[in-house]
Amino acid sequence: MKAIRYTGLILFLFSLGLFLSSFFMSSFTLSEETFTSIIKEEHQESLKPALDKVFDKKYSSSIPFVNAINSTVDEVNANARSEQKWDKVIYDDYAGSLARASARGFVPNNKLLVFILIYVVGAIGALMFLLPQIKLHGPPGIKHNHIFHNALNNRGWMGILTGVLLIGFYILLYFYPAYITNWIIVVDPLQKLINPSASSSQWFLYGFLYTFAVLVMGVRMILKYRHSKYQIFRTCSVMFFQLAFAFLIPEILVRLNQPYFDFKNMWPLDYDFFDAWHINTLTQSGGLGLFMFVWGITLFAVGVPVFVYIFGKRWYCSWVCGCGGLAETAGDPFRQLSDKSTEAWQIERLIIHGVLVFAIVMTGLVLYNFFGGDFYISFNKWMVLGIVALLGGGLYFYHRKKYVAMSGIKVRNTVAGIVGFFALGIVFSEVSVFAKYMPVDGSNFSFSSGNIRTVYGFMIGSIFSGVVGTGFYPLMGNRVWCRFGCPLAAYLGLVQRFKSRFRITTNGGQCISCGNCSTYCEMGIDVRAYAQRGQNIVRSSCVGCGVCSAVCPRGVLNLENRDEDGRFNQPILLGNDSISVSN
Amino acid sequence: MQKIVIIGNGVAGITAARHIRKLSDDEITVISGETDHFFSRTALMYIYMGHMEYEHTKPYEDWFWDKNKINLKRAWVKSIDFDQKQIQFDGSEAMAYDKLILATGSQSNFFGWPGQDLQGVQGLYSYQDLALMEQNTKDVDRAVILGGGLIGVEMAEMLHSRHIPVTYLIREEHFWGNMLPKEEATLIDNHLNKNGIDLRQETELEEILGDGNGKVKAVKTKSGEIIDCQFVGLTVGVHPNIDLVKDSKVNTDRGILVDENLQTNVPDVYAIGDCAQLKNPPSHRRPIEAVWYVGRMMGETVARTVTGKETKYQPGVWFNSAKFFDIEYQNYGIVLPECPEDSGAFYWECDDKEKCIKIIYKKETNEVQGVNLFGIRNRHEVWNKWLTEKKTLNYIISNLPEANFDPEFFTHWEGEIQKKYNGEFPENQVSVRKKGFLEKIFA
Ligand SMILES: Cc1cc2nc3c(=O)[nH]c(=O)nc-3n(C[C@H](O)[C@H](O)[C@H](O)COP(=O)(O)OP(=O)(O)OC[C@H]3O[C@@H](n4cnc5c(N)ncnc54)[C@H](O)[C@@H]3O)c2cc1C
Ligand code: SF4
Ligand code: SF4
Repeated sequence: MKAIRYTGLILFLFSLGLFLSSFFMSSFTLSEETFTSIIKEEHQESLKPALDKVFDKKYSSSIPFVNAINSTVDEVNANARSEQKWDKVIYDDYAGSLARASARGFVPNNKLLVFILIYVVGAIGALMFLLPQIKLHGPPGIKHNHIFHNALNNRGWMGILTGVLLIGFYILLYFYPAYITNWIIVVDPLQKLINPSASSSQWFLYGFLYTFAVLVMGVRMILKYRHSKYQIFRTCSVMFFQLAFAFLIPEILVRLNQPYFDFKNMWPLDYDFFDAWHINTLTQSGGLGLFMFVWGITLFAVGVPVFVYIFGKRWYCSWVCGCGGLAETAGDPFRQLSDKSTEAWQIERLIIHGVLVFAIVMTGLVLYNFFGGDFYISFNKWMVLGIVALLGGGLYFYHRKKYVAMSGIKVRNTVAGIVGFFALGIVFSEVSVFAKYMPVDGSNFSFSSGNIRTVYGFMIGSIFSGVVGTGFYPLMGNRVWCRFGCPLAAYLGLVQRFKSRFRITTNGGQCISCGNCSTYCEMGIDVRAYAQRGQNIVRSSCVGCGVCSAVCPRGVLNLENRDEDGRFNQPILLGNDSISVSN
Repeated sequence: MQKIVIIGNGVAGITAARHIRKLSDDEITVISGETDHFFSRTALMYIYMGHMEYEHTKPYEDWFWDKNKINLKRAWVKSIDFDQKQIQFDGSEAMAYDKLILATGSQSNFFGWPGQDLQGVQGLYSYQDLALMEQNTKDVDRAVILGGGLIGVEMAEMLHSRHIPVTYLIREEHFWGNMLPKEEATLIDNHLNKNGIDLRQETELEEILGDGNGKVKAVKTKSGEIIDCQFVGLTVGVHPNIDLVKDSKVNTDRGILVDENLQTNVPDVYAIGDCAQLKNPPSHRRPIEAVWYVGRMMGETVARTVTGKETKYQPGVWFNSAKFFDIEYQNYGIVLPECPEDSGAFYWECDDKEKCIKIIYKKETNEVQGVNLFGIRNRHEVWNKWLTEKKTLNYIISNLPEANFDPEFFTHWEGEIQKKYNGEFPENQVSVRKKGFLEKIFA
């Protein structure tokens, strides 16, 4: 058994190593034919002479090649600008498509082989590592031994390394996709299998890796919690929705010449739903497109309140959603890292509701624009920073009064976080790759109905949900995005808190305050604080993963959809007839 | 404003402090020599096994105490002068009180076995014991645990998590034989064996043997068998910690004697939690109950008395729970290891031998006295109601699904349980109504 596990581990590490090193496994040579077939005609004239030094030169990896292309385009643009020939400035991003067409050598020549070696062998290795647990870890049950002794699960060197790799991957994916051309090429055979006329993009790669992670780690989750049917069903459900709804169906729709559409995603998580191009695509794609448009609106306008009323937000967050799906499978080893402090809860409410407001305002402006309105406002960016710093300072004093003894360092962190967010905005506006997403105009922040959507997409869609949301799994737990950032979660949560039948029932006086429930709550809910008082847990952030109930050694917690009236203000049974208390 | 001093920051002392704060502005000081802050003793095993760190076992954040103006003092109390109303610490430091609450908990039993002071031999009660166990279990090839109770099985699980083979010596015929009826105890015996614990029933310790350098080398049983081991866990129960008061004017027996108001014979001095012994316990409860819940309930109650609302300690229906490796245990009401003459026992066991239920009822009236549940979770609230209202076995069996507290989608065993009941009591058939799909959703 152990031998199988180690062999599996070796296979998996081999695949991971191959994945990482395949980054360097091809050379890049730009030919003139490639150039003429890819570059738009109006740009050929100015670019061709400038790229002369690049043609037919062999670059050993994507990095120097992409740099050469980008710096050449920058040069050309700088010239055009200095000559005030604004129409000659090139805004197209050619590096990716040129790199794609110019890759030579091992990876492009052996796509299928590399694909098999990385993904098929990797999956087999992972399964060989996981399956023997059934025998080795003893009878089914909670097996959390040594989680806090482990360098991966407790922010040790392995955790930090994993975090760095994930963050690096997201930054490359969102902002430097041309560099990861080799990785994109490797998944092309699969793309062709699903849709022969397409070729893989960075988003196909991302969707595939995401699904791969959900499936492989989903198997792990099922094995780990095989004594709990709730966990088994739930995990199968997220695996199914990720594979079918998020990955396959949209690709098949494209193959059938229909719009790309994920039927389980919804506004405001799906923040481009109301973008002009999206509304136009759907409404102009015939019956199915129109259905998609109506479906998308019904889902958040009717589906959310109705289903949250009946089941709680869990029907979405831990049974259907893709972000939730990844968190519950690939993220499960990190669930214990969420911060349970009251202060984290305060920060959480501040940020997540802030994002919800941001999403609504942004969508409002986008629609305003869509219907012909225009909006423009501009602030000095240093003034914004100043105001935020002042507000932060106020918050600091407010907190100091409220929690005399709450450690000062933590409060300062809050303030630093908020000021830092805006300061980051200013820093981003100074960095060239990011500047294009920022609403900067000289020393002003200038918001218009057009660019506010870009800011949202960059700050929330890419940085928060991607780089921070997933990259920080091994550092801050697996639900960073769902807990602090997701506007849909905020919306579902408000319904869950105020109008729902869902609650976690506490079993009378049985709690021994051991803390397992709080420790393993991925949303950082201090479950024990309620359980030890005999109170039901009714919290907007609870995604109903059911793990608190599973890990409780005394059978104290149960997720239930029951009569709404029983949630609050009920007499509590604590086993003590001397006193009476209520919820 | 009176000055209330509480000795002991366990669940009893801390619950008292919290409730006093809710009820008054009195000055509150909680003293303990063990740790700076309240932590959950019940979670000690999880720290060792790596499920949690010490920080996770603290039920309240560190700022909580300042915010609620509860003074914490880390020190050992050496003596108490009840006439001067003063407590004495190490050195010359002293502290005056108006009201004193003793919540000093328990101590592990050591029955004076030869060799019990050797290095590598220990009990498990305090945070310090845990640190010691961490040291003592480095480089151990085999461990021996003595005493078939709850702390013993926790220790076995702890050692098991570190892949240290365990030989578990039990004086009784079965695990926890002085509390569990035979059928349930056998079920746990099997489960322990399944987890690779070398369980030796009806085996008693003769002496612990040293290696000549003050370290444990082996244990010798009464039958003369010698078991090599480098660690010995002595978990043969606990007794109330009455060191502070046993030679004082405060009356003690095994524990500190208290009346219905949890007051000792000395005015303004109270005792709660593990260290307290009720002079006149209610008929359904024992005089000393060293469990978490009792500490909590006594703390809740005494807080009212010391703040002027004299309140009798009236514990409700007895309940308890535990977990043996992967099998959860819940108990409501009274189930004795030997079924009394006037009572009958209904028992159902699942084919997998991991789940069972035992219900004790009075033969004459059919009134149910108590239940043991293994591997099935039931609702405290429902059982509390049934037992207070003295429901009959027949009623309870027919309504069993109402008590189920297992997570959604878990297999429900009530049908099988009722089938078995109908087989044994042909004159009292009950029928199981299965919930429809929609009913399940809308509960
Ligand atoms: C490993 C383990 C597992 C357990 N599991 C369970 C369980 O699952 N369920 C359950 O119901 N019960 C369980 N118990 C029992 C439960 O923990 C106790 O009943 C409960 O903690 C008693 O609380 P207490 O407040 O009375 O005393 P304690 O928690 O013992 O607190 C007393 C405190 O007073 C301090 N103190 C004593 N004397 C002095 C002095 N002279 N000066 C200063 N400080 C002093 C002690 O150091 C200690 O910190 C378990 C116990 C152990 C050891
Ligand atoms: S609810 Fe369960 S897991 Fe949570 S503290 Fe209480 S006993 Fe422990
Ligand atoms: S409270 Fe329980 S069910 Fe809710 S998110 Fe936390 S662990 Fe999951």
